[in-house]
Amino acid sequence: MTPNLLLAAIMLINFMLVASSRVSKCIQLAALQGGLLALVLLLMHDHWPFHVLLMAFSTAAIKGVVIPAMLNRAQDRMKPQREPEPYVGYTLTLVMAAAGTGLAFILARRLPLQAGNLGTLFVPASIMALFTGFLLLTTRKRALLQVVGYLVLENGVYLFSLLLVKQMPLLVETGVLLDLVVGIFVMGIVINHIQTAFDSQDTHRLAHLKD
Amino acid sequence: MVLQSLYFSALLLATLSGVPGLAGSARGGRVASWMLTGSALCALGLAGSVLYGGLAWQAELRWALPGAHFLFRGDPIGTFILVPATLVPAILSFYAEGYWSDGAHADTAPGLRLFFGVSVGCMILLTAAANAVLFLFGWEIMAILAFLMVTTSDQDAAVREAGWIYLVASHTGALMLFAGFALLALGTGTGFDLGPMRPGFASTSAGTAAFLLLLGGFLLKAGVGPLHVWLPGAHAAAPSHVSALLSGLMLKMGILGILRIIAWTPDPPLWWAGLLTGLGAASGIMSMAFALGQKDLKRLLAYSSIENVSVIALGLGLALAGKSLGLPALVLLGGAGALFHLLNHALLKPLLFMGAGSVMHATGTRDLERLGGLARAMPRTAFLFLAGAFGICALPPLNGFAGEWLIYLGAFRAIQPQGWVWAVVTLASLAVIGALTVACFTRAYGIVFLGEPRRELGGPAHESPRSMTGTMAVLAGICLFIGLFPAALGRALQAAAGDLGPGLPPLGGLAGLGALTLVAVIGIPVGLAAWQAIRKSPSSRSITWDCGYAAPTARIQYTASSFSRMLTDAFRWLLLPIERVPRIQGLFPRETRFQSQAPDTLLDRGMNPAASFVASVLSWLRFLQAGHLPIYLLYVVLTLVALFAWTLQ
Repeated sequence: MTPNLLLAAIMLINFMLVASSRVSKCIQLAALQGGLLALVLLLMHDHWPFHVLLMAFSTAAIKGVVIPAMLNRAQDRMKPQREPEPYVGYTLTLVMAAAGTGLAFILARRLPLQAGNLGTLFVPASIMALFTGFLLLTTRKRALLQVVGYLVLENGVYLFSLLLVKQMPLLVETGVLLDLVVGIFVMGIVINHIQTAFDSQDTHRLAHLKD
Repeated sequence: MVLQSLYFSALLLATLSGVPGLAGSARGGRVASWMLTGSALCALGLAGSVLYGGLAWQAELRWALPGAHFLFRGDPIGTFILVPATLVPAILSFYAEGYWSDGAHADTAPGLRLFFGVSVGCMILLTAAANAVLFLFGWEIMAILAFLMVTTSDQDAAVREAGWIYLVASHTGALMLFAGFALLALGTGTGFDLGPMRPGFASTSAGTAAFLLLLGGFLLKAGVGPLHVWLPGAHAAAPSHVSALLSGLMLKMGILGILRIIAWTPDPPLWWAGLLTGLGAASGIMSMAFALGQKDLKRLLAYSSIENVSVIALGLGLALAGKSLGLPALVLLGGAGALFHLLNHALLKPLLFMGAGSVMHATGTRDLERLGGLARAMPRTAFLFLAGAFGICALPPLNGFAGEWLIYLGAFRAIQPQGWVWAVVTLASLAVIGALTVACFTRAYGIVFLGEPRRELGGPAHESPRSMTGTMAVLAGICLFIGLFPAALGRALQAAAGDLGPGLPPLGGLAGLGALTLVAVIGIPVGLAAWQAIRKSPSSRSITWDCGYAAPTARIQYTASSFSRMLTDAFRWLLLPIERVPRIQGLFPRETRFQSQAPDTLLDRGMNPAASFVASVLSWLRFLQAGHLPIYLLYVVLTLVALFAWTLQ
């Protein structure tokens, strides 16, 4: 059974993320995407040895539950405030995401891949998630949305690494998950500091810090 | 295994010497001194085995970095430099206990001690590092620690500025070394492990570029003009024992690099020797002209350091010429002379800097125009400074003579038929430099220690504590010993110079170092007898010629500026002094003032304008640094897309 359907769902979630203006919804979507990634991992294997189960479980737990819960908690603790306008409007980002998707398909066709991976949506989905992550990171002003962007970007990297999972399973995975956790921690600390220093989490104000 | 353990004990003891003092114990300084002494003893043991016993050692460890591995090789050149590089810091550390004590400098002393120890460790590393990456690691850490030590008194704006100039200069040098070592790897064929180049590589364009880059990087560290711009400021700004470390030893790491280039090149083109000789001659004369114009005792000593590395460069030029022309005697005399002078300067300049530190400790100033007549208040410091000045002027019976003598012998040998005519430049410039050095140190000693105390100093000066003068005496004693028995170093010099080229003749046949002992044995009793005779002759104390003033003051003595006026006028075209000359009119002119300054011409009129120009050109790049995180991320995306496009085209 090919996980193409799930991959398509992941790509659709990317579009919804880009189009959505509400932080809590974005967090939910990112959590859903994380959960789907765990499913993709399970569907890739015909039988499930222990390490695959462990990996799928930890992926679902960390990407689908723990980090979204942390983000929600952070969101609840923030003072309610007016949503800062993004640098680039929602419609335009959506168009850019669509263009990115097209580019992802072109790239995926031209990359030198193993024959078995050519038919699947793995590579386009992962490149598109990368683009979406970058898009969120570059166009949104709210620090929490930037964390979501980082999460999506990592999901893209994760998807790509799934192609390697048969060759070097646990090594890649622990690397990816560790990277992710560290990244989220750093972002969490940064948000905390922006909040205390500027009394807002609008990253635009960070520009004051340059010399 | 014994040699390896000795080496690594020396390395660890020196590197960790500052650590025990961090806990805030009052005995930290003393512990550091003894640890550095232990390190020096290990190095002496190593030197005995390698230089006198003819043994060699090597140690190798894996390192995860690509191209790098921990490769240590105990060759004679490195071991020769290792001895002063551990011995002098040990002496300086004892000195620092009194000079920069924990009591008087509680906030900086422990940190300074740590940096001092680690930088000595870096130098020990450099003397044996046989892998380019390992070498550059040690080089960079040493440079950064030197920056931290130079800026110890960072509340002073001049100190900060000197520190920045030093940092920029040393990083420029390090970048040149990065490129140079990368090119050198093409010639050695052993990757980044350092070793001899293949024959013929030196004449290729890659070999030429490698030589010029490495030479530039090493000369920048050594402070040979015109690459000396960082040196006077940094030496003046640092605490005196740090200045001594910088001048006596860190500059020598640059020389070590050039020695290594000579050793690695089997067939250097002759113009390499010409370049080194030309730079050495120009820089030596220039630095002495500047030294004569200085009014800051430590800046004066710093310019004298430039002069001494220039003399070493002249010796190295001879060695290179000998190697290209196939004259082993020239390689030996030039190389051994350079090494001997290196050792001498590594001992003498710290002695002088310690003297300057002692003067500063006593009077609180290093301005020559305000000092005077200190010989009466500080007899021990005055005597030891005089000993150092004798040595640095290359006067027997101190050690400075023997090194320059070897270089002179080499230069005379070179101008003989089938030799190298350009050694005439070496000879002439050595003579000019020697004369100017004597003038410069006559001025320094005379102005600071002789004459009458000048009025402006608040309160009487006092002699420095025994811990300071005692350590100076130890160093002066070593200098005197080497001056009296230079032949004791003959085998070590032979072994170290033996690295520079194959088939060197024995040193004893070319230069009778033993004869110097003979000269001293005759000369010292004669000198002492003359001294006794002068002391016994009746002397009276009176004022000198006082221009007819009824009430002369100490201020009408010769000043530092007026003493050297004739010589600095001769170098006016180079010094470009900034002067305010008052016009005196009428029969009863009003009170007026004369001012004169000799800033570093190259720094103020060459490097600084050039640097501001580059900065203004590059400032348009600042728009890249918008300060917005998304824009930085956009750069990442653009790079990613560009990489995709590049790999898929």
